[in-house]
Amino acid sequence: MAAVWLLLPLLLSVQAGDPSERRPADSFREELLLTPLRSGDVAATFQFRTRLDSDLRHQRVSHYRLFPKVLGQVISKYSIQELHLSFTQGFWRTRSWGPPLLQAPAGAELWVWFQESVKDVDKNWKELTNILSGIFCASLNFIDSTNTVTPTASFKPLGLANVTDHHLLRYATLPREIVCTENLTPWKKLLPCGSKVGLASLLEAERLYYSSYHSQSVHIRPVCRDASCSAVSWELRQTLTVVFDMYTNGLGKRDWSLFKMFARTVTEPCPLAAQSKIYVDSGYDQKEIDMFEVTPSSALDVKVPVHGDQREYMLYDLLEPELFNTSRNLNVGLKWKGGSDSGPPQPPVFHAERYVSGYGLQTGVINTMIYNNHPYRAFPVMFLETVPWYLRLYIHTLTIMTKGKDNKPSYIHYMPAKDRQRPHLLEMLIQLPPNSITKISIEFERALLKWTEYPPDPNHGFYISPSVLSVLIPSVRNVKTDELEASPLFSTLFPSSDGSSYFMRLYTEPLLVNLPTPDFSMPYNVICLTCTVVAVGYGSFYNLLTRTFQVEDNKKGGLAKIIANIIRRLRGVAPL
Amino acid sequence: MAPPMMAAELEASRGRRAALSIAVIAAVVGLPLWWKTTETYRASLPHTDIRQLGLLRLQLTVPVEVVFSKGTLTAEQQRRIPASDIKEKETELNSHTMFNCRYEFRYRRTTYEEDELLSLPTLSEADSALQRQIKGIQGSLSLFIIPETTHLFPQGVSVYVGKHRRSLVKLTLDPSLGTEEIRRTLSSTLERVIQTMSFTEEAITAALSDRISTDRFNKDDFEHSRRAFKSSPGYEITFTLLNPDPKSHDLNWNISSASDRYIQPFLDKLQPVANFSVDSQILYYAILGVNPRFVKETSSYVLNAHNLPHVINPVEARLGSSAASLYPVLNFLLYVPEYFHSPLYIHDKDGKRVSSNAFHSPRWGGIMVYNVDYGHPEDLKFPVHVDIDMVKVMEVFLTQLRLLLGISKAYVSESYQLENPGNEGLTDWELDKLLWTRAVENIATVTTTLTSLAQLLDQIGNIVINDNVASEVYNSVSSVQIALSELEAGRLENAFKASKEAITSSEKAFFDPSLLHLLYFPDDQKFAVYIPLFLPMAVPILLSLLKIAKEYKLSKDPNKTD
Repeated sequence: MAAVWLLLPLLLSVQAGDPSERRPADSFREELLLTPLRSGDVAATFQFRTRLDSDLRHQRVSHYRLFPKVLGQVISKYSIQELHLSFTQGFWRTRSWGPPLLQAPAGAELWVWFQESVKDVDKNWKELTNILSGIFCASLNFIDSTNTVTPTASFKPLGLANVTDHHLLRYATLPREIVCTENLTPWKKLLPCGSKVGLASLLEAERLYYSSYHSQSVHIRPVCRDASCSAVSWELRQTLTVVFDMYTNGLGKRDWSLFKMFARTVTEPCPLAAQSKIYVDSGYDQKEIDMFEVTPSSALDVKVPVHGDQREYMLYDLLEPELFNTSRNLNVGLKWKGGSDSGPPQPPVFHAERYVSGYGLQTGVINTMIYNNHPYRAFPVMFLETVPWYLRLYIHTLTIMTKGKDNKPSYIHYMPAKDRQRPHLLEMLIQLPPNSITKISIEFERALLKWTEYPPDPNHGFYISPSVLSVLIPSVRNVKTDELEASPLFSTLFPSSDGSSYFMRLYTEPLLVNLPTPDFSMPYNVICLTCTVVAVGYGSFYNLLTRTFQVEDNKKGGLAKIIANIIRRLRGVAPL
Repeated sequence: MAPPMMAAELEASRGRRAALSIAVIAAVVGLPLWWKTTETYRASLPHTDIRQLGLLRLQLTVPVEVVFSKGTLTAEQQRRIPASDIKEKETELNSHTMFNCRYEFRYRRTTYEEDELLSLPTLSEADSALQRQIKGIQGSLSLFIIPETTHLFPQGVSVYVGKHRRSLVKLTLDPSLGTEEIRRTLSSTLERVIQTMSFTEEAITAALSDRISTDRFNKDDFEHSRRAFKSSPGYEITFTLLNPDPKSHDLNWNISSASDRYIQPFLDKLQPVANFSVDSQILYYAILGVNPRFVKETSSYVLNAHNLPHVINPVEARLGSSAASLYPVLNFLLYVPEYFHSPLYIHDKDGKRVSSNAFHSPRWGGIMVYNVDYGHPEDLKFPVHVDIDMVKVMEVFLTQLRLLLGISKAYVSESYQLENPGNEGLTDWELDKLLWTRAVENIATVTTTLTSLAQLLDQIGNIVINDNVASEVYNSVSSVQIALSELEAGRLENAFKASKEAITSSEKAFFDPSLLHLLYFPDDQKFAVYIPLFLPMAVPILLSLLKIAKEYKLSKDPNKTD
């Protein structure tokens, strides 16, 4: 360490600061949405949005304020148009929890649109996965050509883009990936306020992973800076969804509060945030609201169009100074006033499930059931299936049955696998009639792997990534979101074209398939056995070749000769 | 009894022949087959050249032009003085590292135009006018000898060092002096000037520190050589504003224009040395690792020198690494202390306040503490809007940047006048000095990398050497040889370029992932596979060979059979 001496008096003569330079208006917004689920669980969805008011595509941005520098560099270096990354533990149970705001498949999922200027997309993709793997402490470096696909229709850019050439898109999932604290810490580091203050202070790893479902994601996309859309900003949206099982943990009571869930309360808002809000879902209609009481009571109620319907939310604005005036912290809680339950939960309009059938280790069938519970409207669904090469799909066995009849898809894109090079990709656009169950089944054969290709613990089975269902569901009510900037963050990720339908992307369960797994001491046993056989064969061959054969001396006969001679003598014949 | 005897004999010899031919087949076909199929590919490497590089004999040639202006030499002296002169000095650091500094003096008279220019009113004007005449190549020096009678020099100044590669020296030579005496006088006067403007022996020794043990250095040199970053083809410079208290401070720093104005010209000048990239970020709620001590007398907070090493670690976890490249990162942090820890001052070892309120950490970067002036505490409204004075900040960071890149400040006597480097912050001769040491450092690093790579590959026979690794090694060896010969010829620019190339190729070869593929294939596993096959095969062959040899011995010695 040394003290620094001053130098270069010339610098002093130059005036610093250019008054004409406009200060970039980067902004940060955060919100938390608490949704009591029908099953008694509580879903908490955090959304943090950091907006960078510079265009990373056309100019070199090297000075960052709120936007994390590391992601900015990644976007510029690999010419990324859009990046969506999620880490998920558990499975969103659409049937009992209702439609999700933003579902993610179990494990890790990454899909990226590259800019048109990129020459070698695969090289950029490979390097990007390695870099992201370092940034998020995840095994994304295991993404290679055997689990990467280029979907043609299922994934469209969510931000500002005129690129629709799907060769610039790469999609990969790692269903085996385990998500834990080491992924959360770098994710929290991307927030301007870290986890010191604001809503992020609720994110304590110990509680978050003691839950039924946990999903954290990063979405980066270019968006319009203002209503006129004359300039482009970059948006980093970090979302975290966690479902707490309050019903069983709370000894059958459905009451909850922030403290019960996170072991923390909110004490102060992030001073950098332009918006910091907590929304509590109070259901569709007045009847439900009467059944519980939310404390502290909020004067603000907002109606937000979500999933094609108006929903009512109680709103807490953390930037209102009065909120923290009465008590030092905010502990939003809900108390059930009793009242009768409205019976078993209604199944959602659209959901899907998947399973593997068949027996033995040679063949099997992948079945997907897609439910359209809409009473009178039919709608199409885009179905995407990626299957690793070691399950050899028999495409001629593909059957799509609806109400006992064959359902012919209006669009099919099938890319067969190449061994050790790329997976199967199957995309179909299927029309779902109202109030129907559609069953898609396809047979497969299990391949034998080379013994070095088996992952650790191969008897656990091999994960098959979830199939992706992208669907435009008709709305119940005609709702339209006009002002994107003003509406809550959780309703603005997927662009809604018009009010008559809404977009949803669902993922099915990942599958676990057993492959014929050898005993791994086998190669050595084979070597030993082969060598023994060779040695025995060689030994007798050698013996035969090199043995000295001697003509036996007749004179000195053995016992047989003596006996023979005795007999001959008795018979009076000359001895031998 | 003869025929059966014959038959037995025949049979025995047939057996012997069979055994021998099997042994021959195993030796001629089996062994080469086994050898060929289990061989690791090893491309040949230039072992002799690498061994030669192990013995490093550097020859550093500095072309020095000495120009006598009108009135310094008499016509007689002028005629007798030789056109060129060579001064050498050899330093041996250890048995396999030595260097030879060779100064090639060329003497000439000023031209008519130059004499005109030397009569300009000020030194800097004369210098820049001369620069327009002759540019001067990298690594060379030109020294103008000017008579005492000149009015160019201010009072008390006898040597003027310009911002290019030129120095003006006030010196009067007695007309009665002979050639030898002139040379001796010149040599003693000019040595100091050359030492200032070009490399010193200590700097070269420090640059060769990779190859010599550390006890050769005195403490200051050692610290100096450890402070600067290692030579690298590029550097990332990151400025970080730490705002631990965003509730009280709304900080606004105009880093982009400040870096364009103060840092970029300096980096442009350094372009021949390395690629630089500059970026910045703001981190909130980033706190230092130590709690400052409160001093009642001045009602301020103090960080002591012995606390400073603990300051960096907690901050560094938040700085994040660079995603864009693998170059070393130079971190410059500006820390604005929390409202309740303000003002915060850094004290040095003697307990005195450090005037710049900054410190640096070797090979890492620098930290500056910036105290906010709150004005009148009565009308304080939080958050306080603060426009950071970037001139003050950049001045400190630029000084630290120079230190960390290994550009040391020249300590000169009172009679020297150093020209201000101007907006670029770096003079040509400072750049040359840096290039000299960096070229030597690169060569030292390359030679150690190559020798250790060759040693490693020699020791471990399992390592595959692919053609691309071998070609990188060849490339690196030839580049380092070019660098050495260019240094000898006094062409600094080419030498540095070649040394940079050499270092890139040698690192590429050394860190090539293909070297690791078969490195950890253990021998016991290999034998576990070989033994079941080789043992049952080899034992009968060996035994029958032994038996044949024994019989042969017996047949040679007929006494024994009887």
